[in-house]
Amino acid sequence: MCLGIPGELVAFDDDPPDLATVDVSGVRRRVNIGLLEGEDLRPGDWVLVHVGFALSKISESEAQALLEFLEDMGQAYDDEIAAFRESNP
Amino acid sequence: MRFVDEFRDAGKARALAARIAALCEPGRSYRFMEVCGGHTHTIYKHGIEDFLPESIRLVHGPGCPVCVIPMGRVDDAITIARQPDVIMTSFGDMMRVPGGQGSFFDAKAAGADIRMVYSPLDALKIARAEPGKRVVFMAIGFETTAPSTAMTVLRAAEEGVDNFAVFCNHVMIIPAIKAILDSPDLRLDGFLGPGHVSAVIGCRPYEFIARDHGKPLVCAGFEPLDILSSVHMLLRQLAEGRTQVENQYARVVPWEGNPKALRVIGEVMEPRPYFEWRGLGFISHSALRMKEAYARFDAERIFELPGVRVADPKACQCGEVLKGVLRPWECKVFGTACTPETPIGTCMVSSEGACAAYYAFGRFSRERVREASRT
Amino acid sequence: MSRDDDTGPEAYAAWAEEAVRTAATAEDLRTAAAEDVRTAPSDGDAPDRERQVLDRIERARRRRPRLREERVTLAHGAGGKATSTLIDAVFLEAFRNPLLEALTDGAAVTVGGTRLVFTTDSFVVSPLFFPGGDIGHLAVNGTVNDLAVCGARPLFLSAGFVLEEGMPVEDLRRVTGSMARAAARAGVQIVTGDTKVVQRGRADGCYITTAGIGVLAEDVRLSPEAARPGDAVLVSGPIGDHGVTVMLARGELDIDADLTSDTAPLHQLCALLLEAAPGTRVMRDATRGGVATVLAEIATASEVAIVVDEAAVPVRPEVAGAGELLGIDPLYVACEGRMVAIVDGADAEAALAALRGHPLGAGAALIGRVAADPQGLVLLNTAFGGTRIVDLLVGDPLPRIC
Repeated sequence: MCLGIPGELVAFDDDPPDLATVDVSGVRRRVNIGLLEGEDLRPGDWVLVHVGFALSKISESEAQALLEFLEDMGQAYDDEIAAFRESNP
Repeated sequence: MRFVDEFRDAGKARALAARIAALCEPGRSYRFMEVCGGHTHTIYKHGIEDFLPESIRLVHGPGCPVCVIPMGRVDDAITIARQPDVIMTSFGDMMRVPGGQGSFFDAKAAGADIRMVYSPLDALKIARAEPGKRVVFMAIGFETTAPSTAMTVLRAAEEGVDNFAVFCNHVMIIPAIKAILDSPDLRLDGFLGPGHVSAVIGCRPYEFIARDHGKPLVCAGFEPLDILSSVHMLLRQLAEGRTQVENQYARVVPWEGNPKALRVIGEVMEPRPYFEWRGLGFISHSALRMKEAYARFDAERIFELPGVRVADPKACQCGEVLKGVLRPWECKVFGTACTPETPIGTCMVSSEGACAAYYAFGRFSRERVREASRT
Repeated sequence: MSRDDDTGPEAYAAWAEEAVRTAATAEDLRTAAAEDVRTAPSDGDAPDRERQVLDRIERARRRRPRLREERVTLAHGAGGKATSTLIDAVFLEAFRNPLLEALTDGAAVTVGGTRLVFTTDSFVVSPLFFPGGDIGHLAVNGTVNDLAVCGARPLFLSAGFVLEEGMPVEDLRRVTGSMARAAARAGVQIVTGDTKVVQRGRADGCYITTAGIGVLAEDVRLSPEAARPGDAVLVSGPIGDHGVTVMLARGELDIDADLTSDTAPLHQLCALLLEAAPGTRVMRDATRGGVATVLAEIATASEVAIVVDEAAVPVRPEVAGAGELLGIDPLYVACEGRMVAIVDGADAEAALAALRGHPLGAGAALIGRVAADPQGLVLLNTAFGGTRIVDLLVGDPLPRIC
């Protein structure tokens, strides 16, 4: 259920004020940002788009934290493989 | 960061796969339900099962909103669509879903004006442009989609667009998970929680699953690395003897959800006493209807509906498949009466349904496909 | 009116009950007749039963498709499973002959010792004008391409117009202007035609049908049944541009992108390929149903597996972006100036170089190979490192939200 796609906010409309343009890989659509009340939104921010509405502001720091965690896990895995190869020539 | 490609990295996937395999206890098998059809889609689109050991089975849950719509509701919608001067609108997903007397596509072929829209706001736009017509939006979807419908109704009320109405079929995920958990023959070891529903409702509503049913749930994102890392988090909980609600998808899902979205749902809609789910039967407080205050936008109040309940054929065993009790091929009608061209039960309706996926992909063992693709 | 108060009256879906009954009877008969042919080794009850069910699906797939619908739906025109069912159940049934049965883009006929290819195609597109072309370009290029991928040199076209009352003559001039330029570019002449006008509201402005004749060199032998293990699979450029461009140009989705249709004549590209790669098995223009449908049809016809490397398939970022947003897989989206070619593996490099040497093939890529097993399947090695099966769609890919 619920296809949600990350899009980058590129422009805001003054009238009506709850519309903004998002860009997804060079494809642009106006979306309603009325559900993101109280969020400080600026061009360059990323939002999750679902059926023409921005549902959530995407946290870059949370994304980064997950990627780093996975990166470390990969590194540890590579190290183990290397150690395994050395001990089993 | 584009929040997509970064989470499709094959190198990181291999490392995760090794961790997952290492966490599996020898001789033990695991069944995890991905509640959400979007997850099922990701799993097939990227071939994620290739990264999981045989001992882990992903069970496809009830989270495909068009699949769980009972046939009688589709018939009701088609009855509305056949009224004079009505334009029926809905998402592309709805077009092929069969009712007791055919699908939207069949009704369209027979002359009804049925149009696909990308957003409920597009349906409102049609209503503004065609004041002489009554424009009805067939609203489907879980809590992810309900706020968009609610916002559109509020907008229609504000602008006084009185030729717009909603045929509300929004459903809620928690009662459905409860119904699955209460089933006596259930055998699940944990849940991948629906990430985009959770962007609205947050993670707190799942706490009873860990607390009362002793099952872990990890709220999962929709990119392939999200799925693998959520499976990893579930296995880690089991290995460490924990059962908790964890949030793998924190970049999108705040623990408390989206308060504005919840507020607009509450403003426009209220829970129904009960609602029928294909495959799961009647579940109390599992769907939303329009509030009295918005009666003038409520297609159920505006139009006379047959409201006939259309039962699935008795041989159809979707309920058991949905709960992970039966595998698709164990159902009596699978592959004979029930095929993707003529789906009899909910699991065959959308290509993400457990049975449709098995029909398309299960014809050959994973090993044989893997073998062929590598050599 | 609301049925929250009680569960309401109950009914059954007649079509579903009927399907269950029919299938049960058919299965009983079949089981009785074929019980003895089961030779699968039995290692426990469950795997054996699963095998039986899978065998049953395989048989169902090979069975001739049945047209169940009482009316034509849009899915019947989408180029997927529903279209082939309609063709098989209605058109083949009525017109059956060996030339038609091949169901190729054009029929190869020999007239007075000359090998000719004869083809026809109808064009309906909304809007009539879109970035990169209009219905006139499609009407000429589409038929030129059907001839070209059969290996023929396109010569003459016919053009039949169904015009809607009220269509601006200026629009018609634009369309015919495009047709004239496209014909000149493809080196063909439009030598005969027809005009009909229907009442306002009975056509989307205009529909065009073109037919075409081309000559086929004596040594050209192409067939969708000719692919064999070890062959290479190529596409001539980025896929899905046309389909996405038209979808967005309709304006209903409110999505903007700097995309233009890929409509173009492929006759030179096809000729270059045949010259560079004598081991070319089959060429197909990837129109309705996209590259996935073409490959699935070839895999079925040749009884081979086709293995595609997802990362190697050229897709423009905007097409991928629109696909993500709408939940549509570019592999199923129509192109109007791209072809899929299957060539002898030994010719792969020469074929690729020949395609890339032409401006219309600059983005050509080697996207996969042909394998022996599992027969009739298209497998995709996903960019993520997994594998999936690419199946035929029932109808058009629809924008989805879930």
